[in-house]
Amino acid sequence: MRPSPRAISLTVLSLAIVLITTWLIWIAWDATASDPMTTLAPLSDNADAVQGLYNFVTILAGIVMVGVLTLTLAFAVIFRERAGHEPQQIHGNSRLEVLWTLIPVAIVIAIALPSFSVIIDTTGDAPDDALEVVATGNQWWFEFEYPGLDVTTANELHLPVDRAVNVELRSEDVIHSFWVPQLSGKVDMVPGHENRLWFTPHETGMFLGQCAEFCGTSHANMRFRVFVHAPEDFDAWVASQAADAEPAQGDLALAGEKIATTLCAACHTIRGTNAVGQIGPDLTHIASRTTLASGMFENNSENMAAWLANPPGEKPGSIMPNLNLNAEQIEQLVAYLQDLK
Amino acid sequence: MEATEAAHGEHHTSLGVDNRMLLMWIFLASECLFFGSLISTYLIYKGESLVRPLPDDVFDIPLTSLSTFVLLVSSFTMVLAVYAAHHNFPKMMKLSLLSTILLGLVFLGFQVYEFRLFGSEGLNLSTNQFGASFFVLTGFHGVHVGVGVLYLGSMLIGSMRRNGLGPSGGLYMEIAGLYWHFVDIVWIVIFTVIYLIP
Amino acid sequence: MATATGTLPQVQEETTIWTWLTTVDHKKIGTMYGISGFAFFLLAGLEALIIRTQLAVPNGAVVDADRYNQLFTMHALTMIFLGIMPLGAAFFNYFLPLMIGARDVAFPRLNALSYWVFLGGALLLTSSFIFGGAPDGGWFAYAPLSDEEFSPGAGLDFYAIGLLILGTSSLMASLNFAVTVFNMRAPGMSMMRLPVFIWMMLVVNFLLILSLPVITVALVQLVFDRNFTTNFFTPAEGGDPILWQHLFWVFAHPEVYVLILPSMGIVSEVLPVFSRKPLFGYAAIVFAGVAIGVLGFAVWSHHMFTTGLGTVPQIVFTASTMAIAVPTGIKIFNWMGTLYGGSIHFNTAMYFAVSFIALFTIGGISGVMHASPPVDSQQQDTYFIVAHIHYVLFGGAIVGIFSGLYYWFPKMTGRFLDERLGKIHFWLMFIGMNITFFPMHFLGLSGMPRRIYTYDADLGWETWNMVATIGSYMLALSIIVFLVNFFWTMRKEPTATDNPWDAPTLEWATSSPPPEHDFDVIPEVRDRDPLWYDRDHGIEKVEPPSEMHIHLPPPSYFPLLIGLGVLLLGVGVLSHLALTALGVVIVIYSIWGWALEPTE
Ligand code: HEA
Ligand code: HEA
Ligand code: HEC
Ligand code: CUA
Ligand SMILES: [Cu+2]
Repeated sequence: MRPSPRAISLTVLSLAIVLITTWLIWIAWDATASDPMTTLAPLSDNADAVQGLYNFVTILAGIVMVGVLTLTLAFAVIFRERAGHEPQQIHGNSRLEVLWTLIPVAIVIAIALPSFSVIIDTTGDAPDDALEVVATGNQWWFEFEYPGLDVTTANELHLPVDRAVNVELRSEDVIHSFWVPQLSGKVDMVPGHENRLWFTPHETGMFLGQCAEFCGTSHANMRFRVFVHAPEDFDAWVASQAADAEPAQGDLALAGEKIATTLCAACHTIRGTNAVGQIGPDLTHIASRTTLASGMFENNSENMAAWLANPPGEKPGSIMPNLNLNAEQIEQLVAYLQDLK
Repeated sequence: MEATEAAHGEHHTSLGVDNRMLLMWIFLASECLFFGSLISTYLIYKGESLVRPLPDDVFDIPLTSLSTFVLLVSSFTMVLAVYAAHHNFPKMMKLSLLSTILLGLVFLGFQVYEFRLFGSEGLNLSTNQFGASFFVLTGFHGVHVGVGVLYLGSMLIGSMRRNGLGPSGGLYMEIAGLYWHFVDIVWIVIFTVIYLIP
Repeated sequence: MATATGTLPQVQEETTIWTWLTTVDHKKIGTMYGISGFAFFLLAGLEALIIRTQLAVPNGAVVDADRYNQLFTMHALTMIFLGIMPLGAAFFNYFLPLMIGARDVAFPRLNALSYWVFLGGALLLTSSFIFGGAPDGGWFAYAPLSDEEFSPGAGLDFYAIGLLILGTSSLMASLNFAVTVFNMRAPGMSMMRLPVFIWMMLVVNFLLILSLPVITVALVQLVFDRNFTTNFFTPAEGGDPILWQHLFWVFAHPEVYVLILPSMGIVSEVLPVFSRKPLFGYAAIVFAGVAIGVLGFAVWSHHMFTTGLGTVPQIVFTASTMAIAVPTGIKIFNWMGTLYGGSIHFNTAMYFAVSFIALFTIGGISGVMHASPPVDSQQQDTYFIVAHIHYVLFGGAIVGIFSGLYYWFPKMTGRFLDERLGKIHFWLMFIGMNITFFPMHFLGLSGMPRRIYTYDADLGWETWNMVATIGSYMLALSIIVFLVNFFWTMRKEPTATDNPWDAPTLEWATSSPPPEHDFDVIPEVRDRDPLWYDRDHGIEKVEPPSEMHIHLPPPSYFPLLIGLGVLLLGVGVLSHLALTALGVVIVIYSIWGWALEPTE
């Protein structure tokens, strides 16, 4: 059947409609690249490789979508019921059917081969000089240890720029997932398994991370931050973190230290004191962190006081119980903790 | 029992296989996956136990070989029962059926004994991965033998009625036999995979 | 026990409650599946609306974290197991015998039993909201979060027991249907003349028959872990939580094809009828369906790309997953080939069928995107996945089901759903669906994780969340329009003739609604499109003999009793073992009664 002028113009019209829609989608799609947790603007080497593939897959997917939608729409309007038109009773067409089996095969191969090569690149071993970090998921916070550097911190990971980092992923309880969209794709933290993830950040700045595997009540509140520093800033940070906790200064803080090293010592470690608990985050340098309770709140005196007054009230399900501290104790604790730079 | 018939009571089927027979075949395909998953679990956890006892500590191969043999013989008596049902030898049928049931019960007896023995040697569901996967796998097999015993038992009771199992008796017996042989074969696989392969 | 044997005119429709409770008629059972499935769909939709309301603005405070986690878990479980699966089963129950020219399914009482067991399991699962808290581990309940240590409440027990019961029901139904397709076909109805809907459902049945035992084993292990001290999934004791993921997805990936294939079948029936030409490439569509079923068992680990599978498994599962695009593409193109050159009559059923092609393609393509593990490492567990699943599940499964509903409604009730309201329903749903779910792609791209009950402002997620929420209200409105249409139509006089659409398949050869015995005379099948063949070759319908004895299976209350027993059995495991014992007694008693019950 030779296409009639009507059919051609309706097809062109359909194509125009689908293309305009696709263009609008593309605008919204692209706009997400400037959001803080975007998956589209990678700032590490591995993410670059992934991104190249991502874009390629997206473009092919877009072409398939435009093709199918255009033709479906065009056929639907061109072949609308018309008086006197008796459709030809065709049952199939082998040549066409082979053709439209081969086209998807070709597209699939085109997507699969580069995928394989990126898989091989990104699942390989990290370079030898990579910085080693152990990240441990807990309900609902992250612990970060730097073996060999004597640094343990929580919820905020500090890294030097342009140096590969090899993150060993562990979990203390259920499955969590380590994900910093702008730096790397995610890998799960599975209890009993040794997973790891490596990447080389190539820009300084602060990047948002989030636990990406559902892990219970406060999964939504299990966030973290990654700070990528110039190498000398990173070294300074390590030096300050490796030091023991600042001894308390002033009456208020001294009283706070006393509570902290008794009441809180079962769960928290404050290096340089007798608080060596392992259940909660290391508090040795809590005041140097920008957030509290895994990225939920800004770290300031007010929020700290609110947190101590009722952790499960602030963060649903929190493993840190309400210790029924009175206002005075809270004031003392805050004074002490806010000095732990 | 079931099966609607086309107009006049004739068992017409498109494939020429009785509906119930076909049902049993497809059901057994499903059962293959069931036991396949249980056996896979066992194999995945092989060597993953953190504490003893391990298979080598508790298995008594000669004993289990004996119970395996018992189950094998029961398959043979089941064949006889099917044969007898087809050729209308009611007495032989009942006798073979009864033997099959008894042999099945003996097998179950062995299993209970073995479970208790293992228990006394410190192996139970919570001991280690071996205990958990072993008991759940063989336990479910035991349940299948138990259901088979009930199934054959109801056939035996049915065959005691005045007109026996009726005109389709041979067919019923064949279907029951299918189930019984399947459970038997599964045991052979379990026995080989769990007890014999080190 | 009454027998339904008699001369034709005397077969009467008595629809008291008792008739429904004891029925073994596939049409009544199908109707019950349909009504229950739709009711649960509404419930799950209501849960979705609460979810959307909570997420409309940052730091939403409609529900708290625990309730939210229950809501999305139950939303998914209810939609999948209590909504779409029964709706598929409803059509299959109703139309399987009619489409292959049989008087009923192979095992009518087993069919009734499947329904009652389903209802028991469904009520049990849903009642968890009232008793002790609903499951809250997500629909795939990953261990060890689902182990007793981290989920001490009863929720996950409801999950495990509920799914075990529902699985039993699906298994029985699938066995029954498979035997029926193989064995109960009318003379001349060879396998390659089966309607595509029947073929797709046959694939569904085999998917279920072969995948349900796997989830059964996983659930049994979960129950044992939670209640009987085993440590299958406890890492500290040598257990491996990844085993759960393997077992779950070996089941659950085939399960997603269980959800979509019925709708693909429906669309394959609707498109040719209203294009006024035969389905393009019947054989290719059938084989593609079978290929999807087979490949569906080889791709499960694409849900586990981020668990540290290792290089080689990632490559293998990438390849197998992407391969599924090929048979699916074959279907899409053949449907388009069916439209091509047709004379398309656009009624509501056809609107839904054509939009199915478009919406499902969008969902399928995003599926292929995350079939690439490096890409998936950015998309997994984000709203990009949520967008994918709703395009295939809503744009695919639900839209297909609505197409079937408008198409078969006159056959089932003798009445036509109103076309004007139908089109309002369609457009509201089509636009609402895209407004709700398309923005979720953008949310995923800007990093919004799924399963979060709250999010901060200033992450760039506010706008699209609000848009999605507005869309979901539009969807609710569309459903209300449909409900109005339904109830209004049911009050009208039946006007439908036997074959109002001039459709080619056998269900249209009998009256609308069909008589209890389906066909006065079992039709003879001479072609893949039997009624068109007869029409074009001037073959008259065979007149029934004036006196005829049609043997129909008598009603039975044992299926209902067994269903009740199974429910008690489950409730007992959750509460008091004495109830379990009672349940077992009832089940054994009823099986005995069942075996001895005369079927003449
Ligand atoms: C009806 C249900 C349904 C269907 C049909 C599909 C179909 C597909 N799905 Fe989807 N999927 C789900 C339901 C479904 N899915 C659900 C519920 C989840 C989430 C579970 C959870 O985590 O809660 C999920 C998750 C999911 C994941 C895991 C994502 C993650 O968690 O990270 C992946 C990854 O590969 C995937 C892939 C696919 C693919 C490749 C197909 C293919 O079958 C699609 C094939 C179709 C097409 C490709 C379109 C038509 C084809 C053409 C027009 C031909 C030309 C096209 C090309 C060559 C590209 N799906
Ligand atoms: C068949 C499958 C199916 C269907 C049809 C839907 C339909 C919908 N889904 Fe769902 N959804 C899933 C399967 C499905 N979903 C799955 C598997 C998940 C993953 C869960 C998990 O992570 O574990 C999910 C998750 C999911 C999420 C993510 C939650 C999260 O990760 O935190 C969201 C959020 O917006 C959502 C929304 C919706 C909406 C708005 C609809 C709408 O389309 C609903 C439209 C229907 C209605 C609006 C009903 C109208 C009701 C009325 C009008 C009431 C009338 C009442 C009476 C008469 C009594 N769904
Ligand atoms: C039962 C154990 C337990 C006790 C006792 C306990 N905590 Fe905690 N604490 C935790 C846990 C667990 C967290 C992590 C909560 C989260 O983010 O989900 C935490 C978090 C914190 C944080 C936020 C840390 C961060 O990095 O964001 C502070 C500050 C804190 N606790 C102080 C205290 C003080 C002060 C006391 C004593 C008065 C105390 N805790 C007692 C378990 C405990
Ligand atoms: Cu940890 Cu989600
Ligand atoms: Cu899948």
